[in-house]
Amino acid sequence: MIAFLSQGGYAFFVWGAYGMTLILLVAEILFLRYKRRTILARIGRLIRMRHSGVKQ
Amino acid sequence: MALNWFRFAAPSAFYPLAGRAIPIFWWLTVIPLVIGLVWGFFMTPDQLGGTNAQKEYYRIIFIHVPTAWMSMWLYVVMAGWAAVGLVFKTRLSFMMANAIAPTGAVFTFLALWTGAFWGRPSWGTYWDWDPRLTAELILFFLYIGYIALHSAIDDTRRADRAAALLAIVGLVMVPVIFWSVNCPDPNQCAALHQRSDLTRMEGNILFSMLTITFAFWMYSFATTLMRLRSLILERESAAGASWVETTLGKEGAS
Repeated sequence: MIAFLSQGGYAFFVWGAYGMTLILLVAEILFLRYKRRTILARIGRLIRMRHSGVKQ
Repeated sequence: MALNWFRFAAPSAFYPLAGRAIPIFWWLTVIPLVIGLVWGFFMTPDQLGGTNAQKEYYRIIFIHVPTAWMSMWLYVVMAGWAAVGLVFKTRLSFMMANAIAPTGAVFTFLALWTGAFWGRPSWGTYWDWDPRLTAELILFFLYIGYIALHSAIDDTRRADRAAALLAIVGLVMVPVIFWSVNCPDPNQCAALHQRSDLTRMEGNILFSMLTITFAFWMYSFATTLMRLRSLILERESAAGASWVETTLGKEGAS
């Protein structure tokens, strides 16, 4: 395990590269989910306004 | 197959189709990614000898090459959809190009970042104005330029056309990146970046690299389709399309 983590003394470079990849890909997914929820909430509000007869 | 593919060119028809495809693409991302990573870290030699000696840091190859390939491939696909949109004036094609750009920019940044982390231990420097590195950096700016130009124009249809033109002009960078390591005479031009030859790679390393490339490709499909669905909802509801309400009602607005 220690040998795996240390990568022959190049841990900083190996995990620095892999870490940034992990962070950005996960961040992209989370951002997309957040964006979708925001849009759905806005459209839901618009639909309810239309049904309750409020002029937009 | 008497399937009419043009039916799916309508955003209202493509929206539910993309929704069903996204989970499939996530599975196609996760499974190869796990296999590729485990294989890459445990089934490969720790150090490489030969003419291009490399220690453990060579394992950055398993993400560096896939992200670099995706950065170029996604740009070609993005420019392709932009061109289709300009020629056929189809709304969905422009949205497709729009949806690809951020994922392409992420992969381009990662190709540069992982390259820097590989360059430091193997060349002794994080960055050099080598033809390939410089060309890849310009590709990153093209993605950013495409996104920025699109968001700078309020009228969506004009933004689509202007950004599409930029994407097509920028396509010239892809072959430049691809062939930038083939420097015919080292005295004329200095290419620091190694040449690559897939046929001369060790089998396990090649397998991991290609498996993770497949995973990143599927990841691009998944994130592009997620972004596309949001774009479709935004644009169609702004245009007052009635299908948005019916579709969201059926899906339980999940």
